[in-house]
Amino acid sequence: MLKINQLHKSYPIGDSSLHVLKGIDLEVEKGEMVAIMGSSGSGKSTLLNIIGMLDEADSGDYILDELPIKDLTEKKAAVYRNKFLGFIFQSFNLINYKNALENVALPLYYQGMKRKERQEKALFHLEKVGLADWAQHLPKELSGGQNQRVAIARALAANPKLLLADEPTGALDTKTSHEIMAFIQQLNDEGKTILMVTHEEDIASMCKRVVRLRDGVIMEDKKVEQVRAEQYV
Amino acid sequence: MFDLDLWREIFQSINMNRTRSLLSGFTVAFAILLFTILFGIANGLQNTFAEAFVDDATNSIFINSGMTTKAHKGLQSGRRIKFKNEDFDYVKEEFGNKIEFITARIYRNTQASFRNEQNTYDLRAVHPDHQFLEKTKIKEGRYINQNDLENKTKVAIIGRLVEEDLFLKTTALGKYINLSGIQYKVVGIFTDAGGDNEERKIYMPITTAQHLYGNNDYIDQISLTYNPEMNYDQALAFGNQITKKMKDRFSVARSDQRAIRVRNMAEGTRAISKMTGVLTFFILFIGLGTLMAGIVGVSNIMIFIVKERTKEIGIRKALGASPKSIVSIILIESILITAIAGYVGLLLGVGVLELAGPSLKTYFIKDPSISNSLVIGATLALIIAGTIAGYLPAKKASRIKPIVALRND
Ligand SMILES: Nc1ncnc2c1ncn2[C@@H]1O[C@H](COP(=O)(O)OP(=O)(O)O)[C@@H](O)[C@H]1O
Ligand SMILES: [Mg+2]
Repeated sequence: MLKINQLHKSYPIGDSSLHVLKGIDLEVEKGEMVAIMGSSGSGKSTLLNIIGMLDEADSGDYILDELPIKDLTEKKAAVYRNKFLGFIFQSFNLINYKNALENVALPLYYQGMKRKERQEKALFHLEKVGLADWAQHLPKELSGGQNQRVAIARALAANPKLLLADEPTGALDTKTSHEIMAFIQQLNDEGKTILMVTHEEDIASMCKRVVRLRDGVIMEDKKVEQVRAEQYV
Repeated sequence: MFDLDLWREIFQSINMNRTRSLLSGFTVAFAILLFTILFGIANGLQNTFAEAFVDDATNSIFINSGMTTKAHKGLQSGRRIKFKNEDFDYVKEEFGNKIEFITARIYRNTQASFRNEQNTYDLRAVHPDHQFLEKTKIKEGRYINQNDLENKTKVAIIGRLVEEDLFLKTTALGKYINLSGIQYKVVGIFTDAGGDNEERKIYMPITTAQHLYGNNDYIDQISLTYNPEMNYDQALAFGNQITKKMKDRFSVARSDQRAIRVRNMAEGTRAISKMTGVLTFFILFIGLGTLMAGIVGVSNIMIFIVKERTKEIGIRKALGASPKSIVSIILIESILITAIAGYVGLLLGVGVLELAGPSLKTYFIKDPSISNSLVIGATLALIIAGTIAGYLPAKKASRIKPIVALRND
């Protein structure tokens, strides 16, 4: 699915620069569910953003689904993001003046899908996350857990190959976190490849593989026995 | 390429962010309101200015005579020059092909009365062409005609205010007016845009006046308009040519400034067009200034809007929005807000001018208004302004990195 080789990234800070990623090697197969762990500031988000083509690496190779990701034009990157990737963020990142249905339909709009078709599709995905009745509600009228489910529906709408989640439960209470995790596990059961950043051990234990970052390198990468989230719901 | 979905996106963004849209719209509307009012006032000033010169035809030349101030060809200075009918005929013959209308004039004061009402008025004895030189408008009846000249008929054409003064509420047409002891039939009543003074005048055939007032063929002034197709230089040359020929005819020194005086309105017209030019420049200056201020204003607002929408733009990009589509939504929103708000400002401005117009007359502002073509032009300018104002911020927005936009601050 994806293959990363000797990836480096640093951020300029004043005159000097902050070397965040110092040679990352990572390979993820189709159908995996990987947690990226590490303390705050260890570069988890940076890595995920580079994988998501939201940011660019300074050096190193990155191949996504046999496609080398390098020196992309903005336009190309937009097309790839739209086609291959679905994003779930800690702060949901829904557009506040659009209702749930419109938010879910937005990636389909950028695919050039017809209005009627994309509304049907968006509604289908909202149903899947159990929010069909909330389709016409604005984000501010929904709870955190509901908003995150709208965001998940949006990430799924374009049927991406890879789902990227940056602390998807970071803004939620434990119970809601487990509901969301149960849902993400279900997606993985259905075959979606999932890459998730978290700094919570119990969330990480609900994945199938844990990658630990420290000082810009991977210090541990191991398969784990998946804890099912349903039992806590 | 009409993209309904794109427009839906834009309308939603405008509609769902009403405060923002109203705020930015307000600035533009205010600028255009100001522009319209200033423009209207400048136009009003110009109208006032133009009106001051509508009394007489602008292509007029007046030939007057006076006393010689220089001895010439054995003749002494101090000699009085007086024009006669033959001089009028001479000018008419000599310059016929360059003359549009020509008339002689005799000026008198006259005691006019009808029944118990009486008053003194300026009397002008003239040729039929005088009507066009003075831009006299006949309200009732007729002006002096050729038949009057030939038969020296005792007829008078009186101003609207003379009728009002002497005939009170009744019509003067067909009645007899007593002018210094002689009865004249009123055959016409006229109005004149030149003001009240011009409407307190009485006209009669020049031949009648010559016959009754001294039985001679003297005339006081020769007035003419030249062919309006002549340009400024030609008109000046024509005036100089008349001066020269008339001085020669009366054996007056070329350098004598008093004996033959030719007043050429072309010179005044030049001054008017200069003044109009200054006003036009002033108007353009106002227009461009306001427009610039508008562009800067819109641009600032757009920068603000882009900043406010940074996160949204980042989300859209993460979901696969191309840079072009980002430019489109920002730019079209900018254009739309500018155009609509500008149009509202324009309508308000026109309304203000319409309402305040009449009361501005005391400040030498007449009919302050702006023309339809200017309205269309201003609207187009607004759309262009919106484009210019929105383009840089939109371009900037399209360059926003999704990662920057999505960072949790
Ligand atoms: N755009 C940036 N400019 C400068 N420094 C940055 C930028 N983005 C992240 N950093 C820094 O890089 C380090 C890693 O950030 P991040 O990947 O967000 O960490 P994590 O997600 O693991 O908490 C942090 O020290 C952060 O301050
Ligand atoms: Mg992070």
